[in-house]
Amino acid sequence: MRREARRTGVFTRRALFVLGGQAGLLGLLGARLYQVQITEGARYATLARQNSVSVRMLAPPRGRILDRFGTLLAGNKQNWRALLIAEQTRDIDATLDRFSALVPLDPRERARIRRDVSRQRRFIPVLVRDFLTWDQMAQIEVNAPSLPGIVVDVGETRTYPLGPMLAHVVGYVAPPTPADVEEDPTLALPGMRIGRTGVERYRESALRGTAGAVQLEVNAYGRVIRELARQEGVPGEDVELSIDATLQQLAMERLSAERSASAVVLDCRSGEVMAMASTPSFDPSLFDTGVSAAQWRAWTTDPGAPLIDKATVGLYAPGSTFKMAVALAALRAGAITPQQTFFCPGYFELGKTRFYCWKRGGHGTIDLHGAIQQSCDVFFYNTALHAGIGRIAAMGHSLGLGTTLDIDLPAQATGLIPTRQWRRAHGHPWTLGFTVIAGIGQGFVEVTPLQLATYAGRLASGRAIQPRLARRIGGRALSPGAGSGTAAEDWPLLDVAEPLLDAVRRGMFAVVNTPQGTARASALPAALGVHMAGKTGSAQVMDVSRAQRKLGFHTSGLPWRFRPNALFVAYAPFDAPRYAIAVVVEHGNEGADAAAPIARDLMAAALTRDPANRTLPPGAVAAAGPGAAT
Amino acid sequence: MTERRLSDRGLGDRGLGDRGVGGRGVGGRRLLRAAPFDVLAKLRQLNWAYVLLLCALAGVGYAALYSVGGGSPHPYAATQATRFAIGLVLMLVVALTDIRFIARLAWPAYGVALALLAAVERFGHVGKGAQRWISIAGIDMQPSELMKVALVLALASWFHRASWERVGNPLFLLVPALAVAAPVGLILKEPNLGTAVITAAIGGAVFLAAGVRLWMFALALAPIPLVARIAYGHLHSYQKARILTFLHPERDPLGAGYNIIQSKIALGSGGMWGQGFLHGTQAHLDFLPEKQTDFIFTLIAEEFGFVGALAVIGLLALIIAGGMLIALRCRNQFGRLLALGLSVNFFMYVFVNLAMVMGAIPVGGVPLPLVSYGGSAVLTVMLGFGLLLSVDLHRDVEFPAADLT
Repeated sequence: MRREARRTGVFTRRALFVLGGQAGLLGLLGARLYQVQITEGARYATLARQNSVSVRMLAPPRGRILDRFGTLLAGNKQNWRALLIAEQTRDIDATLDRFSALVPLDPRERARIRRDVSRQRRFIPVLVRDFLTWDQMAQIEVNAPSLPGIVVDVGETRTYPLGPMLAHVVGYVAPPTPADVEEDPTLALPGMRIGRTGVERYRESALRGTAGAVQLEVNAYGRVIRELARQEGVPGEDVELSIDATLQQLAMERLSAERSASAVVLDCRSGEVMAMASTPSFDPSLFDTGVSAAQWRAWTTDPGAPLIDKATVGLYAPGSTFKMAVALAALRAGAITPQQTFFCPGYFELGKTRFYCWKRGGHGTIDLHGAIQQSCDVFFYNTALHAGIGRIAAMGHSLGLGTTLDIDLPAQATGLIPTRQWRRAHGHPWTLGFTVIAGIGQGFVEVTPLQLATYAGRLASGRAIQPRLARRIGGRALSPGAGSGTAAEDWPLLDVAEPLLDAVRRGMFAVVNTPQGTARASALPAALGVHMAGKTGSAQVMDVSRAQRKLGFHTSGLPWRFRPNALFVAYAPFDAPRYAIAVVVEHGNEGADAAAPIARDLMAAALTRDPANRTLPPGAVAAAGPGAAT
Repeated sequence: MTERRLSDRGLGDRGLGDRGVGGRGVGGRRLLRAAPFDVLAKLRQLNWAYVLLLCALAGVGYAALYSVGGGSPHPYAATQATRFAIGLVLMLVVALTDIRFIARLAWPAYGVALALLAAVERFGHVGKGAQRWISIAGIDMQPSELMKVALVLALASWFHRASWERVGNPLFLLVPALAVAAPVGLILKEPNLGTAVITAAIGGAVFLAAGVRLWMFALALAPIPLVARIAYGHLHSYQKARILTFLHPERDPLGAGYNIIQSKIALGSGGMWGQGFLHGTQAHLDFLPEKQTDFIFTLIAEEFGFVGALAVIGLLALIIAGGMLIALRCRNQFGRLLALGLSVNFFMYVFVNLAMVMGAIPVGGVPLPLVSYGGSAVLTVMLGFGLLLSVDLHRDVEFPAADLT
């Protein structure tokens, strides 16, 4: 019995020990649970929410681009798409067979669909075909019961109703690159596009809008269980341009007769761009869906360079259109007076080098007025030497030439007016010969058509206007000037005395409106009752030797690509300037023949339509009635 | 006579007990042939409070599986309830069976379990990366679970006839040591490291309670670090992965570490008061793996929070303590050891499962008894509780060692 008691005692002690151990271990588990659930609970709870809440963004519709009268320049078109949800059909092939009967699918497409289906989870829609026509859509909808798994939805694509007409100004959009997506994850959304050129690019932030978001509860496989919250996106803002689509169309029509040309029409009070054309052009909507290799090759090998906006990045020697800048540089410095005369024997000699006037016999004794009117080169060789290249460059810059403009576009060429410093920086000495030929806008001088139009506008207004494209964004007016207000008077005055400007302007008047003027054939129609002031230019693109001149050389006999560029700058009305214009016809020979008539027609149209003074296009009230765009 | 002894329990039971075994081994047979009155009397004497605890635990399991089913008794909760009902009947039948009869069946049961365990090695089918399951008459079962109960029975029976002095004799320990080593070896070969360690631990607990000298334990446990080092080299790669994953769960968050991380996330998501019944996001959105089986406690903790989880741990602790109390109250060595072994078995289930879901020990595929979904586990566990209740019911029966020979 004692032995039995001992055994029982040992059992009881050890059982209690085991019980204690169990209690201790369970206690540890409780403590561990407290640590995981409470102490570190917040951290794990956050992880839990990240686990189960998936934020999906909603693509915002891209803002439209409109002209000054509300004409649609860039908008969004609904893109009807057919999608396949694999888990909703038992037999994918049978569904695709029946779909093919309505909308034929070629074997390559079917192979792609099958591949996409096998790569995705079965509840994720796979694109079958996009850009369906309305008829195809209707057929699919009607036959929906026999097409299990096929759903249709509508996406958006960018559309440019005017196509090539404004391709360079408006620009185009394309699918974003991975680098773009890194910058803004919104761009990862299907259907999102990013502006690549023109206004589409410059106003990208306004046009893009803000993505909306839905918070979805998803399970471990990514399937959506329910929608938790929804925040609607903010659509991109509409951008209203100062462009007058009708005037633009006219410019394109007139320019397209030439192989390669550009024209810019500005409101010379506000700087607003009324038209900015460059031919040849391209269809911007092709970039949205992808450009074929053949198309791309055609564009890049075309000598007219259709993808290049010649108005803003085309660089041309201004030729004789530069003479007003040369004259003003000398006038302001007091190097010449408005009454100054020089003798033109048909050439100008600097040391042993002879510089010719375009008129072989020479102009004889000629004053500033006559030199502008008849574009005497020798007068400006002399004037340039009197002024000096430094003053010419400074005056050119202040008139908007060879300098960066404040245009609201992503790309522009700066151009150049050479100086001694510039030449020295390139390791060469400056010689006076460079100054002489700069006097007629040749040599190193390079400007863009937009700069030429700005130049004409500044000469006309006497103010340092800057060209601007956007008038309103999201309905809010943009201030036109660098100043605070919205009036044209906000542009600062040029640092040139008004009488000096007038002397030059009178010369420009004579170019168009007198019998000796180089552009006498391009005067405005008398019916308009106003006059245009302008200046022709014809800039050589190759050197012409003395021997060639003796042989009666004429540029019109040259192959196209060696002919001089034809230029014309102008403004009107002469006594109350409103519009400034620049036309450049590549290899058009004489500015008076090739460029001035185009400028005259555009100016006449601008004055007739007078877009700068209207809020509605002519006839809009009658045609569109109440509620028309403002 | 037996009836009176049972009804008079608590007063002078020593004497009554002596008289009770007067039949010298025929008492068991008598009980088997006992009249319905005996059965009714026994039913009245049954530890109903303990049965109620078990039903409460099964209720917790039902609620959890109802939640796993997405607020529906299908496909888990209803099936599990049916299994529990069957298990309950099995438990009551076993509970009413005379302890001496059970004691006599101990070694045969051990033999059958060992045979099944050997068979699983040859014919068992693969489940969760190891051969562990065998189909008998259409019922999938894990012989290793049955083996643990049979081992406790066999050890209790062996030490029942051992006096304090005999237990001190190392030679006497040779048979029980082999009885532990054989199944542990077979389970290791399956390979199922977790169950093997648990089985060895249960054996150790019975040895300890039986009075095996402490110095022997020291001797047996001393070489373990060395053995573990050698054994690690022989582990299967998935077992090594489990250990490494446990040590650094963030090492492979979508692979081996996924279960532990997701379980911890779900626990944290529960917080103090929980997400609410049927509202556990992690479990319902399928982030939580194996939520109806191994990780069901995580689901409970997510939906009912720390408070609810602690309540479930409390319930489990009551069941374990109740089993230990039955062992302490029992008057015969066989019952004492059997109750202790079974309680330790249940405790090991609970501890390993909870520690696993809390990321405190390597994941081991051990279910939470009566709560996790699974048929074989319910029956084995209920068989164990039946034996436990039988010990309680027959705690005053004294039967000499001779009864077992």
